[in-house]
Amino acid sequence: MPDSAIIIPSILNGLTTGGLYALVALGLTLIYGVLHIINFAHGALLMLGLYAVYFLNAQFGIDPYVALLIVPPAMFALGYGLQRGIIGRASHGRDENILLVTLGLSIIIENLALFFFRSDTRTVDTPYSFDVIEIFGAFLPYPKVVAFVGALVTAALLWLLMSHTDLGRAIRALAKERKGAQLVGIDADHVFAMSFGLGVACLGVAACLLLPSYYVNPQVGGGFVLIAFTIVVLGGMGSFVGALVGGLIIGVVEAMGGLFLGESLGQLGIFVIFILVLIFRPTGLFGAKA
Amino acid sequence: MKSTNKLLVLIVVFGLIALAPLLITQESLLNIVIMTLYAALLGQAWNILGGYGGQVSFGHAAYFGTGAYTVAVLQIQFGINPWIGLAVGGFAASAVGAFIGFCTFRYGLRGSYFALVTLAFAEVLRILSNSVDFTGAGVGLLIPLERSAANFQFLTKAGFFWVIWAMTFAAFLTVWKIGNSRFGAQLMAVRDNEDAARALGVDAFRVKMGAIMLSGFFAGLAGVFYAQYFLYLDPYIAYGAAISVESLLVPIIGGMGTLFGPLLGAAALHGLSELSRAVIGDAPGISLVLYGVLLVIMVLFVPRGLAGLSSHLRVGKPATPKTEEGKGHA
Amino acid sequence: MLEINGLCKSFGGLQASQSVTLTVSQGGITSLIGPNGAGKTTLFALITGFHTPDSGTVRFLGEDITGLPPEAIAKRGMIRTFQTVQPFAGQTVRENIAVGAHLKIRGRTEALAKAETVAGLVGLGDRLDMDAGSLTVSGRKRLEVARALATDPKMILFDEVLAGLNPSEIRDVIPVINAIRDAGVTILLIEHVMQAVMSLSDYTWVLNQGAIIAEGPPREVVSNPGVIEAYLGKGMAERIAKREAASA
Repeated sequence: MPDSAIIIPSILNGLTTGGLYALVALGLTLIYGVLHIINFAHGALLMLGLYAVYFLNAQFGIDPYVALLIVPPAMFALGYGLQRGIIGRASHGRDENILLVTLGLSIIIENLALFFFRSDTRTVDTPYSFDVIEIFGAFLPYPKVVAFVGALVTAALLWLLMSHTDLGRAIRALAKERKGAQLVGIDADHVFAMSFGLGVACLGVAACLLLPSYYVNPQVGGGFVLIAFTIVVLGGMGSFVGALVGGLIIGVVEAMGGLFLGESLGQLGIFVIFILVLIFRPTGLFGAKA
Repeated sequence: MKSTNKLLVLIVVFGLIALAPLLITQESLLNIVIMTLYAALLGQAWNILGGYGGQVSFGHAAYFGTGAYTVAVLQIQFGINPWIGLAVGGFAASAVGAFIGFCTFRYGLRGSYFALVTLAFAEVLRILSNSVDFTGAGVGLLIPLERSAANFQFLTKAGFFWVIWAMTFAAFLTVWKIGNSRFGAQLMAVRDNEDAARALGVDAFRVKMGAIMLSGFFAGLAGVFYAQYFLYLDPYIAYGAAISVESLLVPIIGGMGTLFGPLLGAAALHGLSELSRAVIGDAPGISLVLYGVLLVIMVLFVPRGLAGLSSHLRVGKPATPKTEEGKGHA
Repeated sequence: MLEINGLCKSFGGLQASQSVTLTVSQGGITSLIGPNGAGKTTLFALITGFHTPDSGTVRFLGEDITGLPPEAIAKRGMIRTFQTVQPFAGQTVRENIAVGAHLKIRGRTEALAKAETVAGLVGLGDRLDMDAGSLTVSGRKRLEVARALATDPKMILFDEVLAGLNPSEIRDVIPVINAIRDAGVTILLIEHVMQAVMSLSDYTWVLNQGAIIAEGPPREVVSNPGVIEAYLGKGMAERIAKREAASA
């Protein structure tokens, strides 16, 4: 039984990882909360973001944190276009069709990446990649702590946007009552696309903050998809607070799982939680009843 | 098409396919037919639950992999003949279906939530098989080469052809019967409107359980075939996303909820991949990109798949499946 | 035949059913009326197992069926139809009706044959091979009726089977309902179309805000002051009476 000297750092590590997961989940929960679609392409889009950050660094020497000015807006545009052009037309009345279309998109994106970039794993080399910060006796990697803080800041910004801007009000109106919102002049297609774009922009932020402590290859997205879904379901679909809390919980569960069950079984806890939550409490911790 | 006519067409089509090993001598070409039949089997298995039952599964690898691992483990660890392993594998996969079905249908899980849960179950199985020794953990399992019919390995591809032909024909006959039986009528009623079906006395839970167990059974058979054909298995092959995606791609492209859809879909997908190989070469990922594009196009413009194309041309709008609260709980 | 005793159900803060007590005797047509939002469909849902009551009992043919799931109740011979018509889209009219027939019939050919017979009874004989999703409103209503009839029920609960039909369509459907009654099936119907209530039913129950406020033969019930007020508002009964006295 590992003693506290190992458990506490493990928990702290799990929390910082959880912050990163939360950042990925924020976009997903925003997309679900507003459009009520489950974006299966979320992981693949994250992978695109990671590649963008990588190439900006490899070709132009741009630091990932500086790329925060470039990648998120680009991802926003991509998300807007995808929703307006493809996803928005797919439903034909069945929810599952959206799931299938986003699945199709993720297949396309992942395999295009495979074709163009091959399957090599790439990392960025930044001067701070290996710095550590000491917190409560644990040595945490600097990039991960930055990512953790970044997640909190992003969530706060999103909340501000939703509650204090016209766009945010339009989004909330549309999410609550579509016909009513359209009747007062809100352009549903446009606002839906803006929301999807925002969700994908979050992935852009996540990519910039993630790459310094992680890596990229075409398969990286797949690993994040289920984890992101688990967090969103656990935290409650559409809840930012839920995504944050859920992310932290899952990060810790993964760390503890790895500690007690070993490397290969470590992720099991996550999926078991996912299944149990969906079956017994599908609204999650903070979600509203559908 | 009337159901007796459908049966006739089915028999004729499979009769023609049966001529393949007599007409094709090149092993590589016969391999294409074999893999197409295998894809049709996998797709038809998914079709039972997804097309006729209306429960979209994203984790059909769970049943496939169980069938594959069962026959492999029984042979390698216990020396049990793979023909027996075939039957056991099918039933083991069916049991996994019963378990997943019980966990999900009991609590009214439907639509997208159901799809995600099936994905999670497949992942759980992948993680477990990756950590446990008797499935070979990450290294996987190699079935020892011992070519003989009694050992479910054949000297020429023709032997494998007959096996997959028989399994696929059985699956198609089963689905024909589903479309022409009380069970099928009730299953499709539940798919189209669960409340209305229950008001007419249909036990939705029992009917969905039947569907998932049948679906799992045939997917398990496909898994057994795969194991014996390729003689190698690992967690990613058995329980990974590739199989789950293929099993849904085939019927969706060919036509969900139709008898011939999976055959059309399998032929289209394999034809497409052969074509892309000829034109673009063996570049990694390209054929999958095409599959993805095809999926998106299908969902956007031809949601009823290839088999439904004729109804798009018929006068009058074909009914689109209704969504009441397609996601989440009942 | 059907005895409902003290049925209560609340959703969150809303009391949808307040100690509803109601009986339906065998044979004949009984109606359940009341203003919009009175809780009539909720009552149907409670009776047929789609919701579980908080308290109270439902007895059918002497058996306590409270809390049983819908399919079990259907198997005992009580079938309900839905206010918003719900055809099995993607299947033909014949196949739709066959689902109902399969409640008692195992064989496919037999069920399909029965579907054909029943379709003729409700006037859908000419549309058997049509896609159910492309039927008109009146066609869909008939389909609802046919599906219920095909199960060989002892009792049918019709939920606003005439809603959305124009007067000539209503005129066509009323004999169908009468024919079902003549064949021995007990009928309980929710209805807003007053002419149908008057001409069809032998006995009426009035529901308002979740509670039964009146019962009796239709003509009596309709002149009940409480019922008038429920539909038209407080004080209306008096005003109407004054008006009639003045013009007498």
